[in-house]
Amino acid sequence: MNRRRTGRTAVVVVLLAAGALLVTSGLRGTLTYYRTPGEVLRDPDAARERVRLGGDVVPGSLRRDGDLVVFRLAEGGQAITVEQRGAPPGTFREGEGAVVEGTLSADGTFRSDHVVVRHGNEYRASTSPVEPVDAR
Amino acid sequence: MLGELGTSSLTVGLLCATLTALLWLRVALFGTPTRPARLATAATLTTAAVACGVLEAALLRHDFSVRYVAENGGRQVPLYYTVTSLWSALDGSLLLWLLVLGGYAVLLAGRRYPARLQAYAMVVVSAVTVFFFALSCFAANPFRAVDPVPADGPGPNPLLQQHPAMGVHPPLLYAGYIGLVVPFAFALAAPLAGREGRGWLRVARPWTLVAWAALTAGIGLGAWWSYAVLGWGGYWAWDPVENASLLPWLTTTAFLHTALGPGARRAGWNLVLACASFVLVLLGTFLTRSGAVASVHAFTDSPLGPMLLGFVLLAVVASTILTGWRPPEPAGRTASPVLLSRSTAVLVNGVLLVTIAAVVLIGTIFPLLSGPLGGVRTSVGPDYYHRTAVPLAIVVLLAMGVTPALRGHDRTRALRRLAVPGAVALATVAVVGLLSRPGLPALTAFGTAAFVLTGLAGELPDRFRRSGRGRLAGLVAHAGIALVAVGVAGSSAYGRDAERTVRTGETLRVADVSIRLVGVDRRGDSGGMTVRARLRLSESGEAERTVTPVLRYHPARDTVVTLPAIDTGLLRDTYVTLIAVSPDDGSATLRLAVNPLVGLLWAGGALTAAGGLGSAIATARPRRVGTPRDRARPASGAVRAGAAG
Repeated sequence: MNRRRTGRTAVVVVLLAAGALLVTSGLRGTLTYYRTPGEVLRDPDAARERVRLGGDVVPGSLRRDGDLVVFRLAEGGQAITVEQRGAPPGTFREGEGAVVEGTLSADGTFRSDHVVVRHGNEYRASTSPVEPVDAR
Repeated sequence: MLGELGTSSLTVGLLCATLTALLWLRVALFGTPTRPARLATAATLTTAAVACGVLEAALLRHDFSVRYVAENGGRQVPLYYTVTSLWSALDGSLLLWLLVLGGYAVLLAGRRYPARLQAYAMVVVSAVTVFFFALSCFAANPFRAVDPVPADGPGPNPLLQQHPAMGVHPPLLYAGYIGLVVPFAFALAAPLAGREGRGWLRVARPWTLVAWAALTAGIGLGAWWSYAVLGWGGYWAWDPVENASLLPWLTTTAFLHTALGPGARRAGWNLVLACASFVLVLLGTFLTRSGAVASVHAFTDSPLGPMLLGFVLLAVVASTILTGWRPPEPAGRTASPVLLSRSTAVLVNGVLLVTIAAVVLIGTIFPLLSGPLGGVRTSVGPDYYHRTAVPLAIVVLLAMGVTPALRGHDRTRALRRLAVPGAVALATVAVVGLLSRPGLPALTAFGTAAFVLTGLAGELPDRFRRSGRGRLAGLVAHAGIALVAVGVAGSSAYGRDAERTVRTGETLRVADVSIRLVGVDRRGDSGGMTVRARLRLSESGEAERTVTPVLRYHPARDTVVTLPAIDTGLLRDTYVTLIAVSPDDGSATLRLAVNPLVGLLWAGGALTAAGGLGSAIATARPRRVGTPRDRARPASGAVRAGAAG
């Protein structure tokens, strides 16, 4: 009985170790850090590797340039120009929050290849007060 | 008027649920007659049904003085989607949750099981009901009044008004999620019920199977929804919402397997897995509904998040205490199991499934913890899951193929049984690898799936001869999983896509498929603005067809929904999305994707769910349960719950 328990514990320990190893190796290199425009501007080196940049799309800054979509993301008064390859999804619009994924290029524009799409499920318990909507 | 009625029905429901819990506790402790407790259970279900009915009536009558209707109703919304908008947002879907939970409670109360086991299980179910009524009353009451009353509402989230599956997918998922409360309740009741608790596995199994089948169907429908409606072109994004549904599925699958076999072997395992499944349901609800994970949204200031988190912790503590405090297992246990045996293989599979669940769970909550703990905000991308969960899943698939062959004690025969599937697997890998370059994970998945399917085909005649429908159903479920694996591997390895802005008359080409833009139509109506791109699609060997992907703008919610045009073929889909149109020169940005073998995903999912349901029907056949006093009745009720959920 006792020997069996020792064996069982050993198996569990090995499994846990293997699992931990798997998770840490999986996380290495697949983690993307969130940055705000302000953080990226203060510390450009941090955004040389792939990061997610979140902020509000500055109204009036969105323009299309061939296959590129160019806009500015701002948060807290700091803004960065983003060049997005490929079209952003339909939920993306000026004045709204958006999160893009990519790297900061040497000329200070952020090259993104992926707009983070929100799932079609509302995560949020809506607590916003209801405003009367005029029936258009 | 309707608002007050709804609020009072929730309040009465809270009181009823509390009374129910106390009455069942009295039955459990003193062995009093169960009739009052059963009546209280039915009354609780009635209040939940009234609350749902009132909200539905308010939605249908466009009573915008009710908060939920003001936020999710709209005069422009088609009738069907007005009905389904009951579960299009959190507060309403909680009412559906209560309704389903009440339904399960009544069905469970109506069966005849060993008395104390049933009573304690009902105490647990009623306690869960009390919590959800409290959540609905205090944190997410949909009936609160709105002042001033708006003239119209925005309607439900536009994404939820695009597809008829909206009427099926959430209720099915809920039937699955909430059904897992039954094995959880029995697992907590078993240690409390003493000797009567020994048969809990047999009693809980049909319920678990029904819940599992519903959950499987719900997840499959969700993937299909994602593919057909969300328009980003995929079916699985390792999004928290998706992971939240996968986690309980994995642990329940492990539970269904470890609970098989003679008697109460691995009792600890079974208790832990049954508890973990429902705890993960609660945790998933917390993660997806409190805004905790979603980076884009802030954590809300409603009491919902803290309440849910508190209940998750309570469930964890209760499970830990009760499963840790078990009566000693009956003597006469089997000798130590043979290493290369079926039960070991099942155990290994269970361990692997739980490991996958752990890996996915870590990936899901890591961003949540990394902020407060390390001060950095991170996100875990799909690559993490591809590196960790996918290889493990392939090993699980392999174990699924090996396990059936290990029956009996004759090793050489077992190995001989594996020879043909092994050969077929190697042949598949060789042929597929020579003809195309799918990459290692996909190649392994193809080989493994071939191995499993061949093994299953070899089992067929044997199972027909030897045994009942239950075994056959298990076989069907396994075949479904293998098909899903082929679908996932094929669509990810061979999928091709291109995205470009084209003018009228230009073409976009992927492989042998090309689409030519014929024109762009705009049409405004009361419910918004619709833009259609008319495209001619030509594939080699097929006639030209017209496809029209759509962009719809919903002013009420200020969102754009893209509806892909999917041309389903036998072996592959062509998937065309209209991403944007330029207002001045009539050019359109299009995405064309060729997705091979996705059909196998839906077929496999359907097969798996059907197998689960069939197995539930087979295991719920009348059996003598517990003491001779208890007459078992056919469990058509449990099955009906799954079908009607």
